Amino acid sequence: MADLTTDFLGIRTPNPFWLASAPPTDKEYNVRRAFEAGWGGVVWKTLGSEGPPIVNVNGARYGAIWGADRRLLGLNNIELITDRPLEDNLGEIRHLKKEYPDRAIIVSLMVPCEEQAWKDILTRVDETGADGIELNFGCPHGMAERGMGSAVGQVPEYIEMVTRWCKENYNKPVIVKLTPNITDIRFAARAAKAGGADAVSLINTINSITSVNLDTMSPEPSIDGKGTHGGYCGPAVKPIAMHMVAEIARDAETSGFPISAIGGVTTWRDAAEFMVTGAGNVQVCTAAMTYGFKIVEEMISGLSDWMDSKGYQNTSEFMGQAVPNVTDWQYLNLNYVAKAKIDQDSCIKCGRCFAACEDTSHQAIWMKEGRVFEVNDAECVACNLCVNVCPVEDCITMEPMAVGETDPRTGKEVVAEYGNWTTHPNNPSVSEKA
Amino acid sequence: MAESPRTPGVIAGRLDAESLQSNFADLHGPLDSHEARVAADRCYFCHDAPCITACPTTIDIPLFIRQIATDTPKAAAKTIFDQNILGGMCARVCPTETLCEEACVREAAEGKPVEIGRLQRFATDTLMSEGTQPYTRAASTGKKIAVVGAGPAGLSCAHRLAMFGHDVTIFDAKEKPGGLNEYGIAAYKSVDNFANNEVTWLLSIGGIEIKQGQALGQDFSLSDIQNQYDAVFLGVGLDGTNKLSVDGASLNHVTDAVEFIADVRQSKDYTDVAVGRNVVVIGGGMTAIDAAVQAKLLGAENVTIAYRRGQENMNASRWEQDLATAKGCQILPHLQPSSIEGNDSTSSITFEYTVTTPDGLKGSGETVTLTADQILMAVGQTLEGQPDGIVLTGGKIQVDSNGRTNIDGIWAGGDCATGGDDLTVTAVAEGRDTAEDIHKQLSVN
Repeated sequence: MADLTTDFLGIRTPNPFWLASAPPTDKEYNVRRAFEAGWGGVVWKTLGSEGPPIVNVNGARYGAIWGADRRLLGLNNIELITDRPLEDNLGEIRHLKKEYPDRAIIVSLMVPCEEQAWKDILTRVDETGADGIELNFGCPHGMAERGMGSAVGQVPEYIEMVTRWCKENYNKPVIVKLTPNITDIRFAARAAKAGGADAVSLINTINSITSVNLDTMSPEPSIDGKGTHGGYCGPAVKPIAMHMVAEIARDAETSGFPISAIGGVTTWRDAAEFMVTGAGNVQVCTAAMTYGFKIVEEMISGLSDWMDSKGYQNTSEFMGQAVPNVTDWQYLNLNYVAKAKIDQDSCIKCGRCFAACEDTSHQAIWMKEGRVFEVNDAECVACNLCVNVCPVEDCITMEPMAVGETDPRTGKEVVAEYGNWTTHPNNPSVSEKA
Repeated sequence: MAESPRTPGVIAGRLDAESLQSNFADLHGPLDSHEARVAADRCYFCHDAPCITACPTTIDIPLFIRQIATDTPKAAAKTIFDQNILGGMCARVCPTETLCEEACVREAAEGKPVEIGRLQRFATDTLMSEGTQPYTRAASTGKKIAVVGAGPAGLSCAHRLAMFGHDVTIFDAKEKPGGLNEYGIAAYKSVDNFANNEVTWLLSIGGIEIKQGQALGQDFSLSDIQNQYDAVFLGVGLDGTNKLSVDGASLNHVTDAVEFIADVRQSKDYTDVAVGRNVVVIGGGMTAIDAAVQAKLLGAENVTIAYRRGQENMNASRWEQDLATAKGCQILPHLQPSSIEGNDSTSSITFEYTVTTPDGLKGSGETVTLTADQILMAVGQTLEGQPDGIVLTGGKIQVDSNGRTNIDGIWAGGDCATGGDDLTVTAVAEGRDTAEDIHKQLSVN
């Protein structure tokens, strides 16, 4: 069986599955249950400065969207950072770390943008023996209105400044958690690196309103008839998170910079996908909040089985393997030609491919006598929509054309040479050069 | 309780009231709204969906299911009723396993079709439970139409004619309207007086008067109504029954299965319905199944369905056959009755085994005798009496594709007329389409 032990910033944990800073890691009771369930580490729910405790709403904190059978696809929340006394949190962290020395405890922090405030809390955190800190520059609701959370994460100069303060005043790993509510994630990651951070973690939640009640006209979750935007997470955000992780992983300035990936990790496969896209480990929240801590057992067995099937002995062997394949559109091979192919034996004749292609795409599927659906290669641009709407897995596939064959759509021969937009004759900048 | 399934004779009260109540509960309970949304989500919204083609009333099934999935069941009901005003009953009694659900691509894919019938019931129940009629009458045309028979064909025809603004009078021979929906369907398929409630709801459109206890040929003649009305629709069903022509067929407790089914349906209290200890049902259609299953549910110890051909030739669907065997009935194929024995009442029935030969079905000479204190005949229904001057084909009223008979001004549809299977849903389609033709004809004149 593969070894899932993962080293992230020198912090070794039995597996790469950590719980993200969020309600599941708010106190000793939950974290103990998480460790007992098998989680490799936790990022403790964000601590604030000493003083009057944070106040949360006393109504609904979460909104959601569902798929069939109420499968939770996306969750948003308007909960603030911990509302428990600082001293209670620190005490619990201290003795849990002693009790579970092989598990990671990272402390998430969010204090006002003043160096002294950071110095104060860092001293206290250091005393707990925690493995490191994560700077919460991502929280998009509530705290951002007070100049913290994503209000910091949206300004690269602030990210760099606060990160530097922390590095100067704390000698264990500093992870900077990034907000996705920004135009280009690379600037935030570069700023964290410039400030001396050991790693970035991303994504924090996305500004969102999940739904509006059409009777009361209030956004959900509704607090006495009003709603505010919350932070969106869960399976629905995974594609957004994965793009941002990949952008940092392949950016010249941050390439190789450690990343802890967060955003819709629900299964072992999600975790593996994030890790091959450049993450050193993953953090999970919504999946645990939906199903409980036990899901880590599936993540462990699934990742381990996959590693065995691929011959990977250690998680470091596959990390970042997909990064070289993430590229810009302009470098995609325009000489590659594929055509949709419908397997008549597995086709159940629902006709969704036909409706999608005929109504909304390229009129490249024929509906023939007896509900037989066939691809018209002379029109098929291989867009993949039919594959995506087909309810039968692998019934429709995209088959590459062989070199030397003639594409009936363009009348051109398929060539072996790689050719992209940068050299394409239709590219104005190419013709200018010529 | 003195009586039990093993008590000899044809008696009532073989089971206690509680068991009977549970035996006759809704065969397929209603879906709740969450179950309905989950079931609805399984629909692929097929292009030019095969289920629509398979439905005799051509309901836009993918659309109504999508309307359920998006939490608008009343809109779904409207989609159904637009095509089939008796969509509530059809949701309960249609052999969906040989119609829409057989055509469902998920049946082909995984042997588990979308539950179209139950979803249709969910939608129609939702709208009907509000008691509102989704249709209104057009301005009165002043035209009067006589509909003979308040079964599915007649009711469907009457409703559509009422929508057009015509005044409809329905003449029905029975005490209650509904036809086979009221008298001819197993009780567990139409619980809580659904058939009657559905008629009341249907009539709430207005413009339809029903006269009960009015039998064509007895209480009035075809020429009477021809003279008094602008058009006549005959939806009289098949009220006669075929009889066995074997020795002993006139003994006591040898009766028509349709009568037995009607008695069960009309009983206020199942403990009052008499049933034999050893019941033999002869036939292979839905009537045979409905009679046999209900006999078993009433507490008969042994119920046997004897059919002269192979089981694969039975008109009842495989699903219905399996229902019967699951309820404890026995199906014996390849048996044709040769005699019934007994003094006043039947005590046994002797069958001859049959073989299929190139010349047709033949007796093999081998016989078997079954103990039978009650024999229910379900060997086919016929048109009772021939309306004056109406041409029949194969024992049914001959109609063209518009439901027109050989006599100008007289239309016919449902089981009594040629064309289509003898199904509730087919009768509804014919009643509806004939109404369209009647309206077209009257608009020209």
